[in-house]
Amino acid sequence: MSTPLPFAAPQTAATTRRAVVNGVAIAFTTSASLFAIAVFLVIILYVLGQGGQYINLDFFTQLSPPPGQSGGGVGPAIQGSFVLLGLASLFGIPLGLFAGIYLAEFGRTSNFATIVRFFIDVLTGIPTIIFGLFAWVLIVVPSHSFSAYAGGVALGIIMIPIVTRTTEEILRLVPTELREAALALGVPEWRTLLQVILPSVSRGLITGLLLALTRIAGETAPLLLTAFGNSFWNDGLNHAIDALPLRIYNFAQSPFPVQVHQAYAGAFVLIILLVLTSFGVRLATGGFRQSVR
Amino acid sequence: MNEVRSVTGAATSAATTHRRTRITVRGMALGDFVLQNGTLLIVIAVLALIAGVFWVVLASSMPTIHQFGWQFLTNQAFDPDHNSFGVGPAIFGTIVTSVFALVFAAPLGIGAAVFLVEFCPRRARTSLAFFTDLLATVPSVVFGLWGFLVLAPWMQHSGEPWLKLHLGFLPFFVGTPRGVGLLTAGMILTVMILPLVIAIAREVMQIVPNEQREALLALGATRWEVVRYAILPFARVGITGGVILALGRALGETIAVTLVIGNQANKISPDLFATGYTLPSVIANQFGEATPGLFRSAVIEAGLILIVMTLIVNVLARLLIARMGRHHRVGGLVA
Repeated sequence: MSTPLPFAAPQTAATTRRAVVNGVAIAFTTSASLFAIAVFLVIILYVLGQGGQYINLDFFTQLSPPPGQSGGGVGPAIQGSFVLLGLASLFGIPLGLFAGIYLAEFGRTSNFATIVRFFIDVLTGIPTIIFGLFAWVLIVVPSHSFSAYAGGVALGIIMIPIVTRTTEEILRLVPTELREAALALGVPEWRTLLQVILPSVSRGLITGLLLALTRIAGETAPLLLTAFGNSFWNDGLNHAIDALPLRIYNFAQSPFPVQVHQAYAGAFVLIILLVLTSFGVRLATGGFRQSVR
Repeated sequence: MNEVRSVTGAATSAATTHRRTRITVRGMALGDFVLQNGTLLIVIAVLALIAGVFWVVLASSMPTIHQFGWQFLTNQAFDPDHNSFGVGPAIFGTIVTSVFALVFAAPLGIGAAVFLVEFCPRRARTSLAFFTDLLATVPSVVFGLWGFLVLAPWMQHSGEPWLKLHLGFLPFFVGTPRGVGLLTAGMILTVMILPLVIAIAREVMQIVPNEQREALLALGATRWEVVRYAILPFARVGITGGVILALGRALGETIAVTLVIGNQANKISPDLFATGYTLPSVIANQFGEATPGLFRSAVIEAGLILIVMTLIVNVLARLLIARMGRHHRVGGLVA
């Protein structure tokens, strides 16, 4: 400042004002991010801290204790979550996967494909409780029983747009040369796809499926109307079944401290699951992009 | 590189194992025909499923649509005993909590995104971005749990009394502090849609070509002026789309809101301490008791109205985001 450089612009009121505005803007955006991150750290760390204390083997394998007693776990919820994820996968993965293959391989830029993409994007914006409502009207009401099937259908619909979108995006990353190499060797298109293209992106596809599964593993609203929850082990797919998020929702409102503790422990499990898959996916996609590009 | 080599290997082996087939359908190999039309069938099945969801919800709402018509939207009673149903308070609660969330999450989220893309030191950028993306996937039941067990009691004993004392002259903070209510629901929603706003605003701003930034910097602009004159005008449409998308998310959020909104309809007033309902929380709370007939139909029509609202909001958002360029499907996996 004492010896201004020969080419430096002169300090005027305007430049000072610009510098101040610049400083204010940087301060605001910095504090906005810090605030956002702090809020989340407070919430996540609190839930993790509360839940972590109550994690033990019994939590995953035992029935919840009668009100007023301690110990036990949420075994049926763990069982139910696995069953529901399985059913949802049976329903959602084939539909999503093949729809994604169609869009990437055959639809490409056709008007029909654009319309399909639009509707699939719209599907991601529909609140998930609507799919619960759908399965409730279609399956639960006629059969007079909450069921694992209904829950699987509701969750499966939620998976479809996620799987479709990741499948399509990953297939588009495959270099044309690969396809041309196979076709030049006289391999028909369908064999090129099944034996050359899909194996080359298998890691990406699995990543997409994992993301979809993680997403529905935490869904509660659609299960409320379909799987409903069950304090005991499930004894058939056409009966009510428990799920971890449902159990958290129900126990959060419980007057018994043991059950509230188990709700926190359930949330702990969900968050850890999420963090693990996110890191896994990040590692996998990082490696994936490097090997393809 | 290895992967490419092994894949070319696969191509060669696929070529050698492939028997030349003569079976063709309309000039295509049978396999190609099956694959192309099979996947097309699946796509049609998915479209039919989407249509089916709308159809089932619409058809099952017919009893109340016939019975109450447009009054269903404004009627303040949801009373199975007198067969009088309406979702006025629920629509009010849905809009108030979502708009509340948007008013706070939009500036915070856009500000945070500007920081992450433009001002943040390069070393911290990827991990902070990863962290905010991770937050977008935290299940709503986790926020509901925290909101119900921690935030709501705190609001009742500290937050709301403080607001009443210092801002009680505003019509928003006049009622009895209950902890649960529109204000707490709005706050939870703010937290929940914040990562979505950050993620989309960030993605949109990353599309802005670097030349734009460099050109402005070369003219002697400050870093903020770069954002103000090169980034934001370019990204405005996409960011608006992202914010509207977040609004759609807020409108449909069920579990967290149901846990903290109190689920008791009050007379419509500007008081944010009041308990209330949202459309999703009506469904979550009432479906269990819903007897066949008008009651059940009313619960389903609440879903129908929710579909219509989120559909309008989402189509608008998608159109805006699509204007950012066809080659960028902004929104990625979080949206």
